[in-house]
Amino acid sequence: MRSLQAPRRWEKFLWPAVAFALLLAAWHFAVIWTGTKVLPSPLEVKKGLAELLQEHVLWNDIQDSLRRVAIGFGLAALLGIPLGLTLGWYPAANRVVNPAIQILRPISPIAWIPVAILFLGVGDHAATSLIFLGAFFPIVVSCVDGVNNVPSVFRRAGRNFGLTPLQLLGRVVFPAALPQIIVGLRIAFGIAWLVVVAAEMVAVDSGLGYLIIDSRNSGKRYDLVVAAMLLIGIIGLGLDFLFRGLERAKSVRWGFRHES
Amino acid sequence: MPTQTAGQHSSTRESVDTAKLSTHNLGMVFHRGGETISVLEKINLAVADGEFVCLLGPSGCGKSTLLNTMAGFLSPTSGEVRVDNQIVQGPDPRRIFVFQERGVFPWLTVEGNIAFGLANLTREERERRIAHYVQMVGLQGFEKAYPSELSGGMKQRLEVARALAVNPDMLLLDEPFGALDSITRLTMRQELLRIWQTERKTIVFVTHDIDEAVQLADRVVVMSARPASIQQIVTIDIPHPRDISSARYLELRDGIFAQIGLAHKI
Repeated sequence: MRSLQAPRRWEKFLWPAVAFALLLAAWHFAVIWTGTKVLPSPLEVKKGLAELLQEHVLWNDIQDSLRRVAIGFGLAALLGIPLGLTLGWYPAANRVVNPAIQILRPISPIAWIPVAILFLGVGDHAATSLIFLGAFFPIVVSCVDGVNNVPSVFRRAGRNFGLTPLQLLGRVVFPAALPQIIVGLRIAFGIAWLVVVAAEMVAVDSGLGYLIIDSRNSGKRYDLVVAAMLLIGIIGLGLDFLFRGLERAKSVRWGFRHES
Repeated sequence: MPTQTAGQHSSTRESVDTAKLSTHNLGMVFHRGGETISVLEKINLAVADGEFVCLLGPSGCGKSTLLNTMAGFLSPTSGEVRVDNQIVQGPDPRRIFVFQERGVFPWLTVEGNIAFGLANLTREERERRIAHYVQMVGLQGFEKAYPSELSGGMKQRLEVARALAVNPDMLLLDEPFGALDSITRLTMRQELLRIWQTERKTIVFVTHDIDEAVQLADRVVVMSARPASIQQIVTIDIPHPRDISSARYLELRDGIFAQIGLAHKI
């Protein structure tokens, strides 16, 4: 039974690579067989990518996107974590605020675009505020849940050793909730990376989202559109990988299941 | 009949005032969905300084609830718990509760867990105590390990070490070896007795295992099913190390079996 055996090292890389190659092949032949003039083939996209990499403007676009995400997501984490911990710690406060959070939470950050532009004008502030909105609520909710899910045994043990409420929060509740908070941060970061592209399509004139919309508008360069899409995917994957690295830190590792 | 005198002697009224820990007409009532459940009724018990007492009773009888009131995690609905003749108002580092579920903190190493209650000490003193208790519970070489890398028995030893490190007067153990396999459980009992004999802490130990109680305790407090009251207090007058096939051991054990209403034949 091969499926019960641990995959060999080379197999772990081989099969995903084969799947990716098949996907590229399917794309390539689909473009050829349908004879489409609109969608580029993988080879054309590769050329487009090379073109983008040679122009220095691409690096500026990547930098701008990353900066907006860093600011929006950073602010969301900076405000969301303390708020979430507080609401988790004081159930009475949470009962007051929770209905408002639950109504605001399912509103897509995209829906805020007109409001953001109305208040902040077209520009960086509108874009970062959208990213902030997209990331803020998942972070708050994961912190509240994280605190609520701390086993009472840990709280009791902390109290038994004479901790003050503030020490209990810092030395027991926060580290016990940290794995769940990290999951929330990772989800929020994924959302932030989605939102930055949308925000850049309408609110600013730089960044990867702008690159897509600009490539279409100025000469229908769909090879560049798809190249930018691929870049967004690859950078998103890289950033998610960093978050996964965080989950492997020894003091939170206990909260996750890892296959290897 | 809160306190009956067994064949041997039991806690006497005079000893209550000098007791390390005592309960006075302690009662506990829970309200669940309009229902009132009486869990503990008129518990009068005195534990002497340095004594090893086992609370023995069927599962769900309320012995853990009693231990929780002694720790100060729960306040009794009637009566009171006194430690050193002062009414218990809440948890206190002088009496550390060792949990049935694994209470060690998974985000801290072995060292970090043992040092948890030692934040106010100087660095040298803290390190001295960590080394001492790592040694005492036999976790040398695992100082930097996280609980997820330890076996169940090692985690339970770590929790005992964390409790002892703050130098409490009293340990309250809630079925601490219940989740361990039977061989580990036996060695853990030996180790607990060895630690108790060197450190001379007062120990209240909750268990539903009759053999465990008779092997460990100076006195076994036999509790009835809910609402729990004290059925009998049995003094185990066998010196340590105890021969668990001696006539006296079997006699005491069988007496408790009979008291609980179990024929010792399967």
